[in-house]
Amino acid sequence: MDALSKKVQEVFDEPACGKNQAKGEKERKKGCTKQLQPGAAAGGCAFDGAKIALQPITDVAHLVHGPIACEGNSWDNRGAKSSDSRLYRTGFTTDINELDVVYGGEKRLFKSVKEILDKYDPPAVFVYQTCVTALIGDDIEAVCKAASEKFGKPIIPINAPGFVGNKNLGNKLAGEALLDHVIGTAEPEYTTPYDINIIGEYNLAGELWQVKPLLDEMGVRILSCISGDAKYQEVAYSHRAKAAMMVCSKAMINIARKMDERYQIPFFEGSFYGITDMNESLRSIAKLLVEKGAPADLLERTEAIIQREEATFWQAMEPYKDRLQGVKVLLITGGVKSWSVVSALQEVGMEIVGTSVKKSTLEDKQKIKELMGEDAHMIDDMTPREMYKMLKDAQAEIMLSGGRSQFIALKAKMPWLDINQERHHAYAGYSGMVKLVQEIDKALTNPIWEQVRRPAPWETNSVPSAEDSGLSKTTTPSALSPEPSVLGGLSPQTSVLGT
Amino acid sequence: MANVTHVKKSCAVNPLKMSQPIGAALAFMGLNNCMPTLHGSQGCTAFGLVLFVRHFKEAVPMQTTAMNEATTIMGGMENVEQAILNIHKRANPAIIGIASTGLTETKGDDVDGYLAAIRKKHPELDELALVYVSTPDYVGAFQDGWAKAVTKIVQELAEPGEKIAGQVNVLAGSNLTPGDIEEIRELVEAFGLKPIILPDLSGSMDGHVPDNFSPTTLGGTTLAELRSTGASEFTIAIGEHMREAAQTLQDKCGVPFQVLESLTGLDANDQLMSLLAQKSGRAAPNKYRRQRSQLVDAMLDAHFYIGGKKIAIGAEPEMLSAIGHLLVGIGAELAAVVTTTHSPLLEKLPAQEVLIGDLEDLELRAQGCDMLITHSHGRQMAERLNIPFLRMGIPMFDRLGAAHQVTVGYRGTRDLIFTVANMFMAAAHEPAPDDWRQPVADGAECGSCASTAAH
Repeated sequence: MDALSKKVQEVFDEPACGKNQAKGEKERKKGCTKQLQPGAAAGGCAFDGAKIALQPITDVAHLVHGPIACEGNSWDNRGAKSSDSRLYRTGFTTDINELDVVYGGEKRLFKSVKEILDKYDPPAVFVYQTCVTALIGDDIEAVCKAASEKFGKPIIPINAPGFVGNKNLGNKLAGEALLDHVIGTAEPEYTTPYDINIIGEYNLAGELWQVKPLLDEMGVRILSCISGDAKYQEVAYSHRAKAAMMVCSKAMINIARKMDERYQIPFFEGSFYGITDMNESLRSIAKLLVEKGAPADLLERTEAIIQREEATFWQAMEPYKDRLQGVKVLLITGGVKSWSVVSALQEVGMEIVGTSVKKSTLEDKQKIKELMGEDAHMIDDMTPREMYKMLKDAQAEIMLSGGRSQFIALKAKMPWLDINQERHHAYAGYSGMVKLVQEIDKALTNPIWEQVRRPAPWETNSVPSAEDSGLSKTTTPSALSPEPSVLGGLSPQTSVLGT
Repeated sequence: MANVTHVKKSCAVNPLKMSQPIGAALAFMGLNNCMPTLHGSQGCTAFGLVLFVRHFKEAVPMQTTAMNEATTIMGGMENVEQAILNIHKRANPAIIGIASTGLTETKGDDVDGYLAAIRKKHPELDELALVYVSTPDYVGAFQDGWAKAVTKIVQELAEPGEKIAGQVNVLAGSNLTPGDIEEIRELVEAFGLKPIILPDLSGSMDGHVPDNFSPTTLGGTTLAELRSTGASEFTIAIGEHMREAAQTLQDKCGVPFQVLESLTGLDANDQLMSLLAQKSGRAAPNKYRRQRSQLVDAMLDAHFYIGGKKIAIGAEPEMLSAIGHLLVGIGAELAAVVTTTHSPLLEKLPAQEVLIGDLEDLELRAQGCDMLITHSHGRQMAERLNIPFLRMGIPMFDRLGAAHQVTVGYRGTRDLIFTVANMFMAAAHEPAPDDWRQPVADGAECGSCASTAAH
């Protein structure tokens, strides 16, 4: 645990993090995670964060050392896509029992690694620590070391038990594990002056593949994506890249910075969301590579692609521009996504009436201010009740958020679009932006809104005629029960995640 | 009679099982104006919450005591207190249901003791009902957590009282959907009885659109009803795992009970009809006589398609038992059976072997089966096995309508039979010229088996 608390402190001290640098010495020690409030907390733990960051590595066996909750309640629930191996979607856990808690679970862990190697033969096994096994003192680092020696394969300890902090901390601890045990342990077959790393991109819904064709066309090779659609070997030899792009602003900043320090791989922070950001990112990639010695014609090639793609995009936008002009959007998401999506939506004329900045850095907030003006409606911690009211009162016409808050919008009978990790559509690059706009348009213009907002026959005095009521489906189940009250036999009922 | 075995391996692969605390949390979700709360790290709650949101496609109220490294080692008294005060202030529920987790059980937090101390210190919370249940993650499975929570709810909240004529308790098992519970309510009411259903997910998780916003459950068994369970004339426990709760209620309040193992199948529903007729002194309404007849007809029509089929099923003991007995009763064979936890039901299953294991075990044994039945996590293996896949149980995240899947009553059984038979019909093999040609003598398999296996 001592090594772990040192690691946590080190991660908290991230010098490249703008938010961190703005703090005083004492405050920095306390860490970047807001103290969680019992009874008023939401969100995942450090283990969750570590798993999110690393599970997209597709050919690795991800083994969770702990009781059934940590893997059994959550496996195969993320949208990272693979072009090849599907091993990453197999749930592996030691599923420790009471005896293991009493006598220790190290033996079971060791045997589990052996079983996985025998049955599935992955290039590596990642072993995730959890609260219970950390508390009883299972030394996963020692077990992994012994197993690596015994079986001749990399068995990597991911020491981010849930109770050390939140998801973001877990992202970073996962990054530390890659830096300590994986990156720099293999060599690529060959290198080119056009090799880059993309750090913090998880290939959700296949978004990496929306961008990759353009990079291919530029002649840029993704040596390693950390961690979307990655193979273990690719991460292991990622230290040979010439430059890097860091995608998700806070999640893996430590990887980008330390690879710069250790291997002189310069990086920039960019985003694939929105036209401006996409243009900037392609330009930055080209620029960094040229600075590192790639032929300068890469810059022209890149400009040509940008011009073509942008023209195609605006052409695709023609039918939507008028329709979406001035549509009021409530955007609830975290970190980098806030400003990059804000700029994206503004490009097609939509108005952002509020955006959450809960997970954003100072820099993120500054960017939002630049985009939305000084009176930007930034919401630090909006309760579900406030979101519901904003939608119900039509201060916003559509909400874009993560899956867990979707019902706040839907129960207010307002359009909603998923822009978080469980989403089914890919929104990256130029084509992704077209898709996002199409999806927003589809949500707004769906004919259901008028129907579902119509009152039930027993809520109005004048019973609507058969033609104009359509097929109202708002009958509650217990309208069948013998004692229908005014509200159809049910008192208004629902439940929404924690306040 | 099945041979129950525990799989001997160290690493679980593709878990079928989920943990006790979230089973308990779902039971608490069946109480009105309640906030289910896990005493553990915030991840314990987040995983459960995401799972339920994806299953029910509903907002889910669930809180956490947000334990960290330091508070775990120092003990969680302060966190439990803070959580209760915060929830009381922000959501003001009538009931807070607290379930422990692996983390706080490993430390050994005495939550009952904490609650007594908190009660003493905070008289302003006198009106707030608190129910605590011990549910370590490393023991048992989802349905065990559910059962323990229901037992603890009646133990804490049921009050002995003068019997109320016609009032019956229905203790609902964890395998029942909101749709099932709605059906059961109708059944009981049809005999002129007044049911108190516990837990009642049909009010809280049935996917309706309310006129207002609430941070707690809205719908479910009310606190007044919970107290009144002690004054009921009778308790019907649906599912063997509800026995302990029924027994507790009898011990505490003298309410006699009967356990019905399931409400799926002809025999199971005949038992229910007899019981309700006897308790109410009324004959079975015509509606159900007709429905029984429809079920009998469905069995006749469907046995052509279900008879002889090999089923691979992975489910918690209660669901396994209900579905297993039904399908075997129509001529199918339970060829591969995996479950999550111990139960007296397992030995009684009409199968050779029941494994307590995971979906890897099921996949290994499911080769050559005609249908896979399990929750949504079976989707990867169903693809590999290339056989029809009936999704049942929690979680069901890749289909809509999980809350309204009804498999109880004559009518629900009838529809389930149709669903299964239709899947076999859809996957039926078209005869081909070489189906009956003798294979070259290099395998034991006959031609027709080989062609079936190809589907």
